[in-house]
Amino acid sequence: MNGEYALDLIEKGKRIDGRDFLEFRKIEIEKNLIKNAEGSARVKFGETEVIASVKFDVDEPFPDTPEEGVLIVNAEFTPLASPDFEPGPPTEDAIELARVVDRGIRASKCIKMEELCIKPGEKVWYVFVDIHVINDKGNLLDASALASLVALLDAKLPKFDGEKIIRGEFERNLPVEFKPINVSVCKVKDNFLVDPTLEEEEIVDAKLSVCVRDDGKICALQKQGEKELSFEDVEKIIEIALMKSEEIRKMVS
Amino acid sequence: MNEEGIREIVLPGEFLCEKAGRKLGNGVYLEGEKVFAKVLGIPKIEENEISIIPLAGVYIPRTGDRVIGKVVSVEISGWFVDINSPYLAFLPLSEAVVEFVDIYKTDISRYFDVDDTIFCTVSKVTKDRTVQVSMKNIGSRKLHGGVLIKINPNKVPRIIGKGGSMINIIKRKTGCEIYVGRNGYIWIKGEKKTKAVEAILKIEKESHVIGLTEKIENMLSETYEQK
Amino acid sequence: MSKSEVKLLVDGKRLDGRLPEELRNIEMKVDVVSRADGSAMVKFGNTIAIAAVYGPRPLYPKHLQEARTGVLRCRYNMAPFSVVERKNPGPDRRSIEISKVIRLALEPAIFLEEFPKAAIDVFVEIIQADGSTRVTGINAASLALATAGVPMKDLVVACSAGKIENTLILDLTGLEDNNSESDMAFAMMPSKKKITLLQMDGLLNREEIKKLMDMCEKACGKIYEMQKKAIREKFLVKS
Repeated sequence: MNGEYALDLIEKGKRIDGRDFLEFRKIEIEKNLIKNAEGSARVKFGETEVIASVKFDVDEPFPDTPEEGVLIVNAEFTPLASPDFEPGPPTEDAIELARVVDRGIRASKCIKMEELCIKPGEKVWYVFVDIHVINDKGNLLDASALASLVALLDAKLPKFDGEKIIRGEFERNLPVEFKPINVSVCKVKDNFLVDPTLEEEEIVDAKLSVCVRDDGKICALQKQGEKELSFEDVEKIIEIALMKSEEIRKMVS
Repeated sequence: MNEEGIREIVLPGEFLCEKAGRKLGNGVYLEGEKVFAKVLGIPKIEENEISIIPLAGVYIPRTGDRVIGKVVSVEISGWFVDINSPYLAFLPLSEAVVEFVDIYKTDISRYFDVDDTIFCTVSKVTKDRTVQVSMKNIGSRKLHGGVLIKINPNKVPRIIGKGGSMINIIKRKTGCEIYVGRNGYIWIKGEKKTKAVEAILKIEKESHVIGLTEKIENMLSETYEQK
Repeated sequence: MSKSEVKLLVDGKRLDGRLPEELRNIEMKVDVVSRADGSAMVKFGNTIAIAAVYGPRPLYPKHLQEARTGVLRCRYNMAPFSVVERKNPGPDRRSIEISKVIRLALEPAIFLEEFPKAAIDVFVEIIQADGSTRVTGINAASLALATAGVPMKDLVVACSAGKIENTLILDLTGLEDNNSESDMAFAMMPSKKKITLLQMDGLLNREEIKKLMDMCEKACGKIYEMQKKAIREKFLVKS
């Protein structure tokens, strides 16, 4: 709604909420809040709020990875979170978000999938990450990726007696080795911004989402937005993402 | 133009020339002082103007275009007309009928009804592409009988030819009544309308070949003699 | 990124005999769907994509119309017989994401403001899949848009790249994609040197990303020449 106003401010070097271009909103992290999930987290970037849960199940592995667990990430843009979200099957935006978060977790080798094997070729742990958007005030992707990571760090594998899962009793922590952090950097005219608000998202020219691992390796890139980026833009954005991801990672124990 | 008699074709994004104070016509765009092609077509770089003759693309109505339309619906004070464009045109009653018509007492389909073919003029196009046509210009009329064909609207100038040279040959050799709409709709009436249609479709296909006018004239003479 | 015992590089050559920075055999043909306003078929090795463009045409329902600009719609779909294990017909999550990504790869190049309230529909069908389907589709879509007479700033050219066995490679086959340490999808407007699609997953450092992007840029230059040739061939009529 106020995109034009936000653009006006940005061209004058300011942001609608007074932040610096490379400053995040207040990030709040709460974990272990959903009793029926084996891992959960609630993350807020300013007023944007996302809840992510981890739930486990046991099933057959995929044929090409008989001794590895399976990761499935899903995102719900619940209608209560925005007047623009309608009930129904996931839209392309919800699907894209889930898949980008999935790729970040998967490519970073965040979860030690080989340690999720119960019986090779027959039974492995399935890790379901479900992202539930509670309030959309911009930058759902970074908030969702962070919530997913915290939920994974919080998650405990339930006891499995060979036949069925004994919910409520736990055996060990989910083996997590790396903490991938997603930073979306937006280009507005000649300016680079992180953590766009809803108004800013309306007027962003292009966005590049960068997923960074603890050791500085980049595990995923996703260009978004309707306009193009130059080669120099991409380099600059990666530089910004490398720098800012450290800030977020420090907040995650 | 190369030795094989084929006009050079440019693609979107290809550099044409420096602007050098010239006017920019259709199908080109400016970046700094450099002019680039916007559409697939044949460049027309002249002393005063730089433009492209497009080889493809839909018809975008422009004020003043003489077009042929097909009535698609009868409204209370006018008609919606299909003019072969992503934009439907509206023919208001006031632009179609000279005498006073009481819309509360009259069913205006007596003037134009669904499926009627009309030869009219684009009288106004707003920047949101709301289009109005008018029957007020001289020559506008309802077209009865005959056959209506649709061709690539970008080929219309070629069908007409310089000063009407091409279309007049077809009219003369076939004896048909032919109305060519700038929008790619063409109406033909007459015994030899099939020959006329053949000629028109051939021009559409080979529009960028030099010496086409002669070819068509020969083609129509042959068939004329065969008959 | 799954474990695999398949050796993809033998003596510096790939399984299909290519060098790391070599493109597969590419074929391009325009005007393959006569009903469409513009169309093209592009082959990268065994990957075959057909793209068709309809429009600009009226956009219904009306509430989807944009008063001041046209709308670009894009659908990427894989035919059930395109892959080894039959794929159920209809869009799956991957196809939906790819449809969005292709749309955003093409949009910056199109003068959509010239068609308020109208829509341009781009349909990409993958007939045979052997890696790099979305970029093959984008190359076909770009040709289809140009031959449909859609006004564009530039063509859009695309290719894939990645890393296998510590080597940076160009134009991945299906096998290479499944077993790669990293894979990247890239598209650009060649005359403007601007990037319209960039996706990557795997583990790369900044220098490797830069190198892959440079490789893609060079390859796109070659692919662009082929696109121009394919269009010009169509309009070659001897007098």
